[in-house]
Amino acid sequence: MEINLEEQFQKRIDEEVKIEPRDWMPEKYRKTLLRQISQHAHSEIVGMLPEGNWITRAPNLRRKVALLAKVQDEAGHGLYLYSAAETLGMSRDEMLEELHTGKAKYSSIFNYPTLTWADMGAIGWLVDGAAIMNQVPLCRTSYGPYARAMVRVCKEESFHQRQGYEIMLTLCKGSEEQKAMAQDALNRWWWPSIMMFGPNDDNSPNSAQSMKWKIKRFSNDELRQKFVDVTVAQAEILGLTIPDKDLKWNEARGHYDFGAINWDEFNNVVAGNGPCNKQRLKARVDAWEKGAWVREAATAYAEKRAKREKNKIEAA
Amino acid sequence: MTNKEWPLWEVFIRAKQGLNHKHVGSLHAADYQMAIENARDVYTRRLEGVSIWVVESKYIHANEPSEQDALFDPASDKIYRHPTFYVLPEELNHM
Amino acid sequence: MNQKEILFDYILHLADNSMIIGQRNAEWCGHGPVLEQDIALTNISLDLIGEARSLYQYAAEIKGGGATEDSLPFLRDVLQYRNLLLVEQPNTDWAYTIVRQFFFDVYHYYLNKMLIEHSNDTRLKEIASKTIKEATYHLKWSSEWMIRLGDGTDISKSKMQTAVEELWDFTGELFLESATEQAAAQAGFGISPSSIESYWREKVAEILEEATLTIPEKGFAQKGGKTGIHSEHLGYILAEMQFMQRAYPNLEW
Ligand SMILES: [Fe+2]
Ligand SMILES: [Fe+2]
Repeated sequence: MEINLEEQFQKRIDEEVKIEPRDWMPEKYRKTLLRQISQHAHSEIVGMLPEGNWITRAPNLRRKVALLAKVQDEAGHGLYLYSAAETLGMSRDEMLEELHTGKAKYSSIFNYPTLTWADMGAIGWLVDGAAIMNQVPLCRTSYGPYARAMVRVCKEESFHQRQGYEIMLTLCKGSEEQKAMAQDALNRWWWPSIMMFGPNDDNSPNSAQSMKWKIKRFSNDELRQKFVDVTVAQAEILGLTIPDKDLKWNEARGHYDFGAINWDEFNNVVAGNGPCNKQRLKARVDAWEKGAWVREAATAYAEKRAKREKNKIEAA
Repeated sequence: MTNKEWPLWEVFIRAKQGLNHKHVGSLHAADYQMAIENARDVYTRRLEGVSIWVVESKYIHANEPSEQDALFDPASDKIYRHPTFYVLPEELNHM
Repeated sequence: MNQKEILFDYILHLADNSMIIGQRNAEWCGHGPVLEQDIALTNISLDLIGEARSLYQYAAEIKGGGATEDSLPFLRDVLQYRNLLLVEQPNTDWAYTIVRQFFFDVYHYYLNKMLIEHSNDTRLKEIASKTIKEATYHLKWSSEWMIRLGDGTDISKSKMQTAVEELWDFTGELFLESATEQAAAQAGFGISPSSIESYWREKVAEILEEATLTIPEKGFAQKGGKTGIHSEHLGYILAEMQFMQRAYPNLEW
């Protein structure tokens, strides 16, 4: 019976029929999705912190409102994704508990510090750029609620990368000091950005199953290559140099070749030793703990009010 | 006091006058008032709506997916419910 | 001061209020008690900074000489800022933030309502007509939070009562008429703050009662913000906000 169900399930996936929350699904499919979506949600909300760091210091009001709206969008993305994950049977509070205790991961990119204003440009351009590259195919992922959340996310993302690139463009057209600031930001964010696509394919054990279930549509390396290919031209327009001496157009492949990624650094940051891992997690835990009395009070008030309304109805 | 999670709400938005409310997603809120306001802040930041409905998720009932065939397939051969089933002369153009 | 200078100074007062409380609220972004409310408060912040921008643009046009929506907020020092002491008070916690917002929202709502009804300045009226919609929503949102937390748990009630008492000292200033306000009201484009005091007190009393909170005995009214004599907090707000413009002057960003 079980085998039969699993075959039917795979057949639906192959026919591009979306899976919905109450449909039968293999336990491993559910778990894989839950892990991926909740990690994705955590990344969105932890991702608010490095950019949130510059909201109060944005150099002018136009930039300030754009950045504020952008970081707010990321909160929205977290919310859409938590909601999608909740349809798989885990509450948001349980997911947050996993984040706060360090059991759940989030994207390592957010464990790097934002040191100058140019980092707002580099993050929008590269980090949101890489995220979009990852997220667009997820709009067609096999799990309905995840796909729908991603459609909404992708619609909103389109301004993020543009505002980041515009910041870079303004810096690059500005003074020597500003251009140097932009180059420095690219130097620091380039490698972490291309690491965002995850380990190389031959080092990514779960990828094959995820592809078969159409949770993923492209492999890590395919997406990474695509990102490098489009970003090189964008850097040229800015007049900035990508910090990779091995970066070179390969006519035969029709792609850019690029240098070896320092996976030791990546693994080290994943393991919790990035420059800001502790700070980021602490900020999330603090916000949650300091908000506990607020959430409790709102619940208590809602209960009181419901009771009062009920009494009113009964008395009438 | 143990902290109870705020209940989950489903959000339905009318994009503009004349259209149905459509399910857009969900959110957590302590009460319906907060749910409506949150829905406004979360789901209409880009002028996506003119009217909001919220329903606490626990009050939504659904059919069993396993009944899908029994519920929906029987409609598939009732082609006489569709206008194209009826063959009329060409001259009649629009009916 | 001539008419033009009075108008300029009056607009700055309105703009600085919304700018500074918007900046304060923006500090919350990413740190709210729950995701949904993080988003809600950021929306309010965006409304207020947006309003400040419209006002600064207007003020810059009046001033001329290359003034912009950015030169005004980013290149004036504490003594030239005209905002109320209330709006520069620190976030402290969600209770302070809500009470500060509520006290401001009531004031902001009636002030803009009066501007729409009475100002003889078309541009100010236009800006107020847009602002009033936002202010109406802000007031609804903060009133509900006042009630929810006042009438929530014992802990929330005591936190709210403390915040009400500590911030009460800064509410007297709302209605103390500055020379600019007096001249602006006389000229017909501004509103005498005393004309909204009774509305403010009535609304605040109504909501505090529903929130089961106590209105403090008339405390000492701290004042000075409207004329540039601020609390120490504003210097730090400006140090942060103006950092880029001060460290890298005269550049485009
Ligand atoms: Fe995002
Ligand atoms: Fe983004």
